[in-house]
Amino acid sequence: MEDAARLLQLVVNGAAAGCIYGLIALGFVLIYKATEMINFAQGDIMMLGGFFAFSLIAHFGLNYWIGALLAILLTAAFGFALDAVVLRRVIGQPQFAVVMLTLGLGFIFRAYAGITWGYDSVGFETPFTNRTINLHGLILGQDNVSIIVGTVLLCGVLYLFFSHTRLGVAMQASSQNQLAAYYMGIPVRTVFSLIWAISAGVAAVAGILLSPVSMIDVNMGFLGIKAFAAAVLGGFGSIPGALVGGVVIGIVEQLAGYFLPAGFQEVTSNVVLLATLILRPQGLFAEIAGKRV
Amino acid sequence: MSLFRADDIAIRFGGIRAVDAVSFDVNEGEVFSIIGPNGAGKTTIFNLISRIYQPSSGRLYFQDRDITEIPAYRIAGLGIARTFQNIELFANATLLQNLLIGRHCHSTVGVLSQLVFLPAVRREELQHREKAEEVIAFLGLERYRDTLIANLPYGVRKVVELGRALCIEPKLLLLDEPSSGLNVEETEGMGFWIEDIKKDLGITVIMVEHDMNLVRMVSDRVMALNYGKVIALGTPDEVQNHPEVVRAYIGGEG
Amino acid sequence: MRYLFKTDYRQDITLWRHRGDLFWYGLLIVVLLLIPYVLSEFYIGELGGVFVFAVAGVGMMLLAGYTGLISLGNAAFLGIGAYTEAILLAHGVPLVVTLPVAGLFTGLFGILIGLPTLRMSGLYLAIATLAFGSIVGTVFQKWDAVTGGFDGFPVPTPDLFGMPVQGANGIYYLSLFVLVVVLWLSANLLRTPLGRAMVAIRDSEISAQSMGIHLARYKTFAFAVSAFITGLAGALFAHYVRYLAPDAFDVLLSVQFVTIVFVGGLGSLHGVIFGALFVRLLPQFIAIIRDDLPFGIGRMPGLEPSLFGFVLVIVILFEPGGIYGRWIKMKNWFQAYPLKRRTSFRRQKSYARSERLR
Repeated sequence: MEDAARLLQLVVNGAAAGCIYGLIALGFVLIYKATEMINFAQGDIMMLGGFFAFSLIAHFGLNYWIGALLAILLTAAFGFALDAVVLRRVIGQPQFAVVMLTLGLGFIFRAYAGITWGYDSVGFETPFTNRTINLHGLILGQDNVSIIVGTVLLCGVLYLFFSHTRLGVAMQASSQNQLAAYYMGIPVRTVFSLIWAISAGVAAVAGILLSPVSMIDVNMGFLGIKAFAAAVLGGFGSIPGALVGGVVIGIVEQLAGYFLPAGFQEVTSNVVLLATLILRPQGLFAEIAGKRV
Repeated sequence: MSLFRADDIAIRFGGIRAVDAVSFDVNEGEVFSIIGPNGAGKTTIFNLISRIYQPSSGRLYFQDRDITEIPAYRIAGLGIARTFQNIELFANATLLQNLLIGRHCHSTVGVLSQLVFLPAVRREELQHREKAEEVIAFLGLERYRDTLIANLPYGVRKVVELGRALCIEPKLLLLDEPSSGLNVEETEGMGFWIEDIKKDLGITVIMVEHDMNLVRMVSDRVMALNYGKVIALGTPDEVQNHPEVVRAYIGGEG
Repeated sequence: MRYLFKTDYRQDITLWRHRGDLFWYGLLIVVLLLIPYVLSEFYIGELGGVFVFAVAGVGMMLLAGYTGLISLGNAAFLGIGAYTEAILLAHGVPLVVTLPVAGLFTGLFGILIGLPTLRMSGLYLAIATLAFGSIVGTVFQKWDAVTGGFDGFPVPTPDLFGMPVQGANGIYYLSLFVLVVVLWLSANLLRTPLGRAMVAIRDSEISAQSMGIHLARYKTFAFAVSAFITGLAGALFAHYVRYLAPDAFDVLLSVQFVTIVFVGGLGSLHGVIFGALFVRLLPQFIAIIRDDLPFGIGRMPGLEPSLFGFVLVIVILFEPGGIYGRWIKMKNWFQAYPLKRRTSFRRQKSYARSERLR
């Protein structure tokens, strides 16, 4: 019985970590679907989102909810500007130029955060910090539960947005066929910048949800590497796939840490990533097609 | 004698039959054109012949040899060259390098001898160069020899792609819409080259083409496709006046 | 401006375009051989470091610049080469054996990572190699029975024909020799069918295939050669640092290799040298001016990586040809002076090339 409870505990912790991976991966996928770019700075945008929230809440003393919302909007605006000012220029350049560009941007963000907020971990008080829920003897941290609930809510909002609003539908159209969308009068470039904004906003949500579990620091962007595994496992291009992939990676990682010798936990996500690419490159939710001549 | 034969080939993408039970023979030394409306499956047939797609059923024969299972990269070595509808040149290499890449299937030197550039490698490089120069002279591309493809005008690129295919020294040449994107004069020039390729070089040509003037100018026989099926096969005039073909292009009750 | 009047096809396959080139390359070699008698030990050491990184840069260039396969895991190859060299030397194997073996053994790993990644397009490959690099990095840290873990691994001083290869000068000459050999091999590669096949794969896989190029074979080959060369660089690196720490071979190092290629200029061996000079000398330059920078910027941690990032961004946005591309443009400008036109160097408008089926 104790083992079962322990196992369940691990699964919940893993699922919570996995939701974070999933949210970052969601950002990758949104941008990839629209522009065929991969934003290697996605994790660093999450880091910036976390720090924005820290400044607003801990520094300016705003209420948690207001501060979080402002931080999300701020990060989203940042994402919009990033596309409008920088990324738009490299459309049409080889893909790996974009990879290197976003990697370079990531370094710059990290340095900027280091100058502004320093290199120590910081945190701020949230309604979920250090509280637990007792479910029939199963003790869960509210921070972990809040991540899971927050992710589910966010996904619901995004789903409604993409399927029911004019803008959301325009975004889907632009992702599927730029030219046709353009001919239909959709301002494709603005839409792409908005997609960057959403993806940055989602990253900020991840950063804020993560802050009670692990503190905010300059290097938290490296979680982005694990999120790649989530996106690839999900099929890079599928939004539910990214989330499912994230949760799977999170849980597998926790279990590996528990059952396997030290050192294995750190490589779990990478091993899953490579195994997916080798065995089932189209991921769990395939949306891949070959090039046409 | 038939050089190439397609026997009842078919391929499905999802539920769509892109090519459906198509059979045809191409005789040695002829220009065989495939026409049809957009989406009729013309390019798909090329992709089947050059083994980019695997047919769901049917066989392909080249010089009476079954090539249905042969991997794509060995097709050039057998003597089948192709061009692409939207030009697939090596854009960041010079024209000369592009033609030399066309010589790839004729290279025989080993990896290590290439790394240290043995005299045998040098000899072979000079032979390749000579062949490439023949093609350059044949197509009149001398002044672009050392230009990057990315800096060439569209019309010239089209010719370069033809030249690259000729460097393979093919027996069978697949031309995918050689006139697309060309103006009237350039199209006519392309027509003359195709005739020269047939008469002077003795290469058999299968051509997918929309421009009926070009088709009539160079083709010995024409095959018309619609919805992946053969609807007519014969001389250019026969096919052009075939009621099914007229209906496919102009529409009607179908 | 010098006009070349070509009279023989052979002129296009020699490594130098005319006698002038031969003269300058010769002079460069002589100068490089004499430099240790002129400069102080510090600068010799730094130049040795440049050579080591240039060797690794050549490995990266063949893969990314010529075959179009981007790898964010080449630091792992460097690490494998370095540990192989150090461990073999510790077992008393002579340098003339360890050096090629370090390269070949790393080359095997190149094949190992090359094979499963054959079907992947550029972005997937970048992610996969990133994962590979990070797995190998963890192995270096955790497998302390072999690598010594975080205690590090001292690299023995090797002997070459009875002479110890040590100090800045020893590393300098050894690295210079390896660099020249590697450059010669690569230049040969690039003027033969092998190199052309790599370029073909970079520019259009689909038509490369129709030209008779076996994609899988040549991509694997490119990985093997890249890993081999990076492994050699790793062996040199081991001697250069003299003490191997497992966390030296991280993503940041891989990014430095890619930076060499991008900043130097994609698709040119000259670019590698420029890139290596840049990547190695920038930190030194920062160290020199560190105290003179205003607002304490110089004491800011993370200054180096952020500058790398910044330079990468600038180069990709404004000069995709890199330093070498800029150099060529400047040369043309002076040669054509005063006939230079604005349009001479205007970039071709490029459009998104989709790999997706639309």
